[in-house]
Amino acid sequence: MVKEITVISGKGGTGKTSLTASFAVLTQHAVLTDCDVDAPDLHMLLKPEILETQEFKASKVAVIDQDTCVQCGKCEEHCRFGAIEKPVVDPILCEGCGVCVYVCPVAAVELEKRVSGYAFISKTKYGLMSHALLNPGEENSGKLVALVRQNAKMVAEKEKCELIINDGPPGIGCPVIASLGGVDMGLIVTEPTLSGIHDMERALGLLNHFKIPALVCVNKYDINEENTSRIAEFCASNDVEVVGKIPFDPIVTEAMVAGKPIVEYAPKSNVSKAIEELWKRTLEQIVT
Amino acid sequence: MIITVASGKGGTGKTTVAVNMALSLENVQLLDCDVEEPNAHILLQPTIREIRPVTTKFPVISEELCIYCGKCSKFCAYNALFVAPKTVMVFPELCHSCGGCALVCPKNAITEKERQIGIIKKGEANGVEIVYGELNVGEAMAVPLINAVKNQTKKDKTVIIDAPPGTACSLVASVHKTDFCILVTEPTPFGLHDLKITVQVLKNLGVPMGVIVNRAGLGDRKVYEYCEKEDIPLLMEIPFDKKIVELYSRGVPFVTQMHEWKEKFQKIRDTIQREMQWLKRLQ
Repeated sequence: MVKEITVISGKGGTGKTSLTASFAVLTQHAVLTDCDVDAPDLHMLLKPEILETQEFKASKVAVIDQDTCVQCGKCEEHCRFGAIEKPVVDPILCEGCGVCVYVCPVAAVELEKRVSGYAFISKTKYGLMSHALLNPGEENSGKLVALVRQNAKMVAEKEKCELIINDGPPGIGCPVIASLGGVDMGLIVTEPTLSGIHDMERALGLLNHFKIPALVCVNKYDINEENTSRIAEFCASNDVEVVGKIPFDPIVTEAMVAGKPIVEYAPKSNVSKAIEELWKRTLEQIVT
Repeated sequence: MIITVASGKGGTGKTTVAVNMALSLENVQLLDCDVEEPNAHILLQPTIREIRPVTTKFPVISEELCIYCGKCSKFCAYNALFVAPKTVMVFPELCHSCGGCALVCPKNAITEKERQIGIIKKGEANGVEIVYGELNVGEAMAVPLINAVKNQTKKDKTVIIDAPPGTACSLVASVHKTDFCILVTEPTPFGLHDLKITVQVLKNLGVPMGVIVNRAGLGDRKVYEYCEKEDIPLLMEIPFDKKIVELYSRGVPFVTQMHEWKEKFQKIRDTIQREMQWLKRLQ
């Protein structure tokens, strides 16, 4: 059975991608995914070579033929998204429901499919990678995340890989939920700031809601050790294991600028040692 | 004037900028549209005066009237309805509340009910009015709640919107029909990459923009080169400063301890006003 872990955080910018890239280096023969389809960054560290590209056509948008339109205003009246005005469709607000098409008495409205992004299957020097890019401002990021994960599973089964590592998006909404369905473990990366703690609690709530086992690690733990202790206490009282604490070090940014996972860029640094340790403990939890 | 603070990449300092700017200006309303992970109230510590639920509609099928013709499920673009020979299943969390199923039902068997997806809270701190949304944990759809927060906009105030990370529909809902967007980025490859996508969203929407570089001094110079090439004004640099990091970790807005920054944020407001007047004249 292929095991699957998703790295999430709630709050953005806590270090999900830097950690996932390092996990990729430390785990040969895993399939990597980037489930942050609208602001993907993992490819900048893993340097994938694209093997396959798929068009992602999930959303539709209403288009009104102005020559046929009789200006009756029915579409505008029925549109719940405020997307039609003086019978012109605002494609940004349109959600492609089709109500305007249905109510139009002269068949002047049509739904057009639009390409809202691309999904890729790629090769990296650390293993195969499934990723995507949503077009700027598009909807349906959750569906594209589902496609990325479906591709990853297919590749993992074909290549007999035992682990899929998902780099999750920030937040707790639609794309995050799509990155979590049916996974074996959620690893929350937090930081010792009040915002980080607040968001970790909501991310943990989400994992509990979907009954997904949770682990926590604290990044940049030494920027406020008092808050790090609070995180440890909170996790202990909620029966969640803190699998690691990573110190703050500008070398992580240096590695990012160099386009390399930190454990490869500076394998002897304290940061890399902490990541190795936390990944070891995480893998033990996934296997059992 | 409505100013949105956005970023693409998460954790670049949107909330830091939004809150510190709000505290530096007068007559401000702050709308936190990051309803999945709202943080502005953690820095602002407002007194909450009002909490109200936000609901969306979903269909309810009358088993007495339904003839299982399947027209509703065929119409639904979001797979929120499933019709079997003797039963209809509704998946409220997939429903976008378009109302189409009730329209197409030949037997008027469909009515709509409200379900709660989150709450909005309204409060005040240090003269700043704040409105923020909290999406229920496990709820996928953020956009209706973002719209509910934006509906509280007071046009006679300087409105600052704290947008969610990302470049998809939640960002679009937050920044749509606002006057100006401040993009907060960090001078790293990730910051730049996500900045570029966000700039594209704003160009598509026709929203004018400027950039604030946070954690200046870390990383490289590529963000600056990009802004220059694209002719996007650099509004401010916030240095990577241990004191600012430490204050943030404790939830303290840095302008309350480092007063010289208030003036810098006021200058940004003036720059934005000039920029907008200039754009108006161009039109």
